[in-house]
Amino acid sequence: MDADAGLLINAVISGLLIGGFYAAVSIGVAISFGMLDIVNIAHPAFILLGSYAAFIGNTVFGIDPILATVITLPAFYVLGMLAYQVYYVAFERRDDQSLRGLSFFFGILFIAEVGLILAFGVDYRSVQAWYTTGNLNLGITELPWRLLVPFLLGLAMVVGLQLFLSRTFIGRAIQAVAQDQQALRLMAANPAKIKRIAFGLSFATAALGGAALIIIQPVEPSIGREYIGRIFAICVLGGLGSFPGMVIAAVTLGIVETITATFFGPSWAPAVSFGVLLITLAVRPSGILGR
Amino acid sequence: MVSSVVKAEEEREGLRGLSNLAFVGVLILVAVAIFGITLWIGQSFAFFAAYVVVQYIVLGTAWNILGGYTGYVNFGIAAFFALGAYSTVVMHKLTPWMPLPVMVLVGGVLAGLVGLGTGYLTLRLRGVFFSIATLALAVVVQTLFTNWDFVGGARGAYVVPPRFAPLIGGPYVEYLFILMLGLCVAALATARAIERSALGYGFAAIRDDEAAAEASGVPTLRLKLIATVLSGAFMGMAGAPLPYYVSYLDPTSGFNLNYAVNAIAMPLIGGTSNWVGPVVGAVLVGGLQQYVSVTISSAVNVLITGLLLVGFVVLAPQGIVGLFQRRRR
Amino acid sequence: MSALLHVEGLGKRFGGFTALQDVGLEVQPGERLGLIGPNGSGKSTLVNCICGTLHNEQGSVRFDGAAMNGMTAHQRTRLGLARSFQLPRPFGSLTLAENLRIPILYAVNARSGHSISAQAILTRCIELLGHVGLADKAHRLPRDLTQIEMRKLELARAMAAEPKLLIADEAMAGLSHAEIDEILALLIRLNGQGVTVIMIEHIMRAVMAFSQRLAVLVAGRKIADGDPKEVVRDPEVVRAYLGE
Repeated sequence: MDADAGLLINAVISGLLIGGFYAAVSIGVAISFGMLDIVNIAHPAFILLGSYAAFIGNTVFGIDPILATVITLPAFYVLGMLAYQVYYVAFERRDDQSLRGLSFFFGILFIAEVGLILAFGVDYRSVQAWYTTGNLNLGITELPWRLLVPFLLGLAMVVGLQLFLSRTFIGRAIQAVAQDQQALRLMAANPAKIKRIAFGLSFATAALGGAALIIIQPVEPSIGREYIGRIFAICVLGGLGSFPGMVIAAVTLGIVETITATFFGPSWAPAVSFGVLLITLAVRPSGILGR
Repeated sequence: MVSSVVKAEEEREGLRGLSNLAFVGVLILVAVAIFGITLWIGQSFAFFAAYVVVQYIVLGTAWNILGGYTGYVNFGIAAFFALGAYSTVVMHKLTPWMPLPVMVLVGGVLAGLVGLGTGYLTLRLRGVFFSIATLALAVVVQTLFTNWDFVGGARGAYVVPPRFAPLIGGPYVEYLFILMLGLCVAALATARAIERSALGYGFAAIRDDEAAAEASGVPTLRLKLIATVLSGAFMGMAGAPLPYYVSYLDPTSGFNLNYAVNAIAMPLIGGTSNWVGPVVGAVLVGGLQQYVSVTISSAVNVLITGLLLVGFVVLAPQGIVGLFQRRRR
Repeated sequence: MSALLHVEGLGKRFGGFTALQDVGLEVQPGERLGLIGPNGSGKSTLVNCICGTLHNEQGSVRFDGAAMNGMTAHQRTRLGLARSFQLPRPFGSLTLAENLRIPILYAVNARSGHSISAQAILTRCIELLGHVGLADKAHRLPRDLTQIEMRKLELARAMAAEPKLLIADEAMAGLSHAEIDEILALLIRLNGQGVTVIMIEHIMRAVMAFSQRLAVLVAGRKIADGDPKEVVRDPEVVRAYLGE
């Protein structure tokens, strides 16, 4: 009984830390889907690109993986702006978003995955840093740095973006676009331009999320697919347009998944997130804190 | 004035005026011809390759009923396809005496029921939520089968096909091919019959503007459910013969995302507005894939398909069929 | 003679915003009712709640003696309640004739229980398009239409459902003087054929020419309901909407 309780507590703590990491990878979709209403299911592909950028920086140049992705942030930002421009010209302007827009990102997802396979092969890749091994000893428990650092990174990203959205001019413009495009147009601001910036930000977060991912686990190109459902489950469960909701959902999912994996085996874990998603959609599609 | 306009419309109908039954007859003739040609080529590779292309015609047509006709994107093709495949595995172990066509029907019924259930839960929401839910469905179903030891779990199951084909004799793959051709005829006939019926008009109205359709008296939820069931059932039937085709079925191959990419890419490239598009897409892209995977590699295959998909979706949204239609006007 | 449409205590909220509060309305069979009010007063929300596109949290809607609460929009259309949308929403990939085919197939056919032949449907579509002067464009697509033609298509599609009650939501907005007269004549002719019509408009001369009774909606509440000439002199109506 005691061993079980100990396992449970460990699972909860690990789940909590993993939840913070999930927030890091999901915040990009919280922006693109939650605020811009663009269903970018290719987001995990760009997370993986971030992971491989960290991998190259780490193994080829010997830099810290997080630093490596920070260096690539401008590239991701520009890529995001470009992607939005294509999306806008091809779909949003023609008001043909649902079928073709979704298929567009679906195609991008595959191109990215296969591109990575061709470039890096299907072997698992990982990074080395002082925090990829070892634990933080807090007396009553030990927290693996491998989980703790991505958790902190995720928290930093959420807090940072929340501050950006509420305190800066562009950030508030993005919030305005999310709520009422028509009003924004009347104020002579260009919604497309603001959305472009927001989408660029979304991609930039994917890069950092990728760093977090490759710290937590070794990556290979196809693991992106697991994350599609996880990320959208988190955003839908948390409620579109709500960062705090997303964080709560991320942590909840992390804990539930970890408990499931601990007591029922890791092969059941994917079913958890997707099952949660299906149930949420069926029962309360607006999510926990959704509008 | 009214009568002359009516006459013009009559003539237009007359050009494509084959009744549904006559169309089925034409399709059967074409199918027999294709089988004959493949037989004449003689190599079993021809049968295997042709089987794959015809399978994609069925998958693409099935996807298009819900996607192109009704406007709801199903990403969970793998779930329905693999459901059909795995139901065959189960029946192969429990009731091996059952003829394959019956197994195909059972697979179709099961997949159709799953479609009904998923649809009932999610079709009341916006289209994008339905699409996300189908993604989730594919992973849930895959996880379920990966953990189910009776069908081999993660290790997979061996399904040894009979040595000789029933009814026609000869290699079993020829029998599978005939079955798939028959399924193809059924799928195309269904798609075309839908297009020209009240159901097809209802689907189009939902695709163009669901709220306006509802206000015009269209029972949108019911029609969407019908589309989901039909679409899922045909996908399940397309997957049912798979275990005999490959002799070994495991979750990685059964739920291979190539099925999803192709089932979506081929209709989008070929054209989604009518039954011809998925055929054109499957033949051209499928043929290209067979060629590329033999000459280059199968990874490059998916890359090319992905590039074509993105290219067409951005530049030629009406697909290949649409390009020809525009030129005719 | 009982009312064709009976709305009572209708309330609708969007989050913290109350769009409609305690709205009551009665429309007699064959009546021409005008509904006016400032932008944002809830007119379109009211239409959406009556027709079932939106779900009202409070109050009830009774149509032709039957309770509407819980009925979907398409069920209400089949019972004879039709509306045109403020911003035309045609079926873009279908021709004009095919646009009208949808309500005939799904509202009219379902009602009578027997199906009309394809030939008869086409004839009917062309006939309806003729009523609005669009018969020569029967096989064109909606994107080829001008603004007023789209409005006419919108009305024709609502009429194709053979409704007992038609709600015309700002069908005349932005049209020229002559075009307004066209739509006005159309609606009056329709009413002459026995269709009850609710006209929602901002164009006062059309409202006054059309309405037998006039209701005014301001900030989600009905503030006046009665003879048009008296309603427009009501000081509250003048203050809230008509102004000077």
